[in-house]
Amino acid sequence: MKRLTLSLVTATALFGTTQLMAEDALKVGLMLPASGTYAQLGNAIENGFKLYIEKEGGKLGGRDVEYVKLDDESDPSKATDNINKLIKSDKVDVVVGTVHSGVAAAMAKVAKKTGTLMVVPNAGSKLITGPMCAPNIFRSSFSNWQPGYAMGKVAADKGYKKVVTITWKYGAGEESVGGFKESFEENGGEVVKEMFVPFPNVEFQALLTEIAATKPDAVYTFFAGGGAVKFVKDYKAAGLMNSIPLLGAGFLTDGTLKAQGGDGEGLLTTLHYADSLDNETDKTFRTAYNESFEMKPDVYAVQGYDAAQILSIGLAAVDGDATKTKEIAAAVESAEIDSPRGKFTLSKAHNPIQDIYLREAKGEGNPVISVAAAKLDDPAKGCRM
Amino acid sequence: MDLSVFLIQLLNSLQYGLLLYLVAMGLTLIFGIMGVINLAHGSFYMIGAYMAYALAPLVGGNFFLTLLVGLVLAVILGYLLEWAFFSFLYDREHLQQVLMTYGLILVFEEVRSLLVGDDVYGVSVPDILSGSIALGDVMTYPVYRLFVSAVCLLLALGMYLVFTRTRLGMMIRAGSVNREMVQSLGIDIKFLYRVVFAAGVAIAAFAGMISAPVSSIYPGMGNQVLIICFVVVVIGGIGSIRGAFFAALLIGLVDTFGKVLLPEASGVLVYVLMALILLWKPNGLFKAG
Repeated sequence: MKRLTLSLVTATALFGTTQLMAEDALKVGLMLPASGTYAQLGNAIENGFKLYIEKEGGKLGGRDVEYVKLDDESDPSKATDNINKLIKSDKVDVVVGTVHSGVAAAMAKVAKKTGTLMVVPNAGSKLITGPMCAPNIFRSSFSNWQPGYAMGKVAADKGYKKVVTITWKYGAGEESVGGFKESFEENGGEVVKEMFVPFPNVEFQALLTEIAATKPDAVYTFFAGGGAVKFVKDYKAAGLMNSIPLLGAGFLTDGTLKAQGGDGEGLLTTLHYADSLDNETDKTFRTAYNESFEMKPDVYAVQGYDAAQILSIGLAAVDGDATKTKEIAAAVESAEIDSPRGKFTLSKAHNPIQDIYLREAKGEGNPVISVAAAKLDDPAKGCRM
Repeated sequence: MDLSVFLIQLLNSLQYGLLLYLVAMGLTLIFGIMGVINLAHGSFYMIGAYMAYALAPLVGGNFFLTLLVGLVLAVILGYLLEWAFFSFLYDREHLQQVLMTYGLILVFEEVRSLLVGDDVYGVSVPDILSGSIALGDVMTYPVYRLFVSAVCLLLALGMYLVFTRTRLGMMIRAGSVNREMVQSLGIDIKFLYRVVFAAGVAIAAFAGMISAPVSSIYPGMGNQVLIICFVVVVIGGIGSIRGAFFAALLIGLVDTFGKVLLPEASGVLVYVLMALILLWKPNGLFKAG
């Protein structure tokens, strides 16, 4: 009930402000999941985005910001229609979205054709900053390859020789495992078996038995959300946690530790954000986020915050004219983005060149241990720009 | 694959199959006896899982007490739903049933989002069952999974006895064959259907509750379960409770060994199995009843 009242109040407030908007307001289309599995993630991204805009006095490139919200439902089959609606009938100047890689790829395809300024605040698919890269498309998050690649080196440095990988058989999982394999084998290790579970199946028992029979030195995994919770619990219950170390991309323990009920304690993961980072931007960001939304920010909130920051830098250089994408790209490419995750720059393909942290799960947080890979750039295969 | 690994995998498939049976049983029960295609079945499973999470703090964290309270609530929910919605559907076409139950899915998901939120949750295994048994030199098997299997077996046996050995079972079977005739014999068929429906909902919710500790609780979980439930029901023969039992075990076997022996095809193996069985027996393995 409290939530319902809150949403009504927010809706009223939003409606009230739209009426007062100046005519030349910059229209920002927020195409994020508001329902389904990723609703929470969409919410965090939107919060982070709005937090930055508020900090800038509600303006981007000197123009007032007006939001047009659209629930993408994480449904790739509706993605093309949805973004076309935002661009053609709502006439947005900028599109921000989304979480799901399939939806984001469909959006990027349209944005590339129409030249609409677009920022991807999560989806790590290699397509977006690979074959589909464009001067007007930016990513404020990461590529699936990055955390995997960073972990491969960590595993080799720990002296592991034989590793088994396990993930869902879909883009994000395959790209993450691919990154891991690449650097682990460059550093002298060997991936002895690559296991795949059909997405979004969460019956792992058969493969856990296989892992126990293979007896590798360690296991690398990419799972997120409900699958991450179940995999960690099953891994522990199968008695493997003590005998075969489990390594993962950060989503294994991000926002899932509480649900894992302590079974995730001590897990090592790699990601572009962590708890207890030692930088002022992060501290200020966390305090401000906490005050505005009464909850702890997560990696998704950071990505939303940085999406707004990238737009802010780009649009400031062109006095808010979102159609001048070449000038915007030039400004963003030469800028250093002061993110809560630490400062980063954007590559030619517009993916962050960023530090990937090694973290260890403690309680409900993932404090940083070290930088697993400094200023890591995505290979951006297939990007011609 | 040496013998010990093979045996563990056999245990895995048996355990998965039994769990599938438990989840799918309510669906086949409601269809077989009442002729209603209930797409909202997955939602009842989801409601059960969320109850296991949300009720626990209210009853002092005792898992078994949570099960009991949840079961009672699920029976009441099923009883009310039958009265309010499903009792109007028996004479309608299947398409209308599908539309109506699909609408219920959306309503339940939205209510869940408002009441509990969209986070991922977990339920811990009750202390008495939290141990594990060593299997081979590396692997252990959680006692709770064995407990779930035992419960599934007991329930399967119980259902069988109720249907074949009791007066209630006889009336239900008669009602599924000829509704009007049973009514004219002076049996309150409306009440009987309400009981069956409530039982179907309760079993689905029970499956959700009991599998919560070995699974995770997340938005949309019901829809994932629904698909595999339909596969179980179709392979077993629509409406056949015995068929669902064997179909679930068969799927458990194919899925488990498929993942290990044919990892590339493991996503489709279960559906290939369904297609093959339907080619061989277009009505599934067993007749309704």
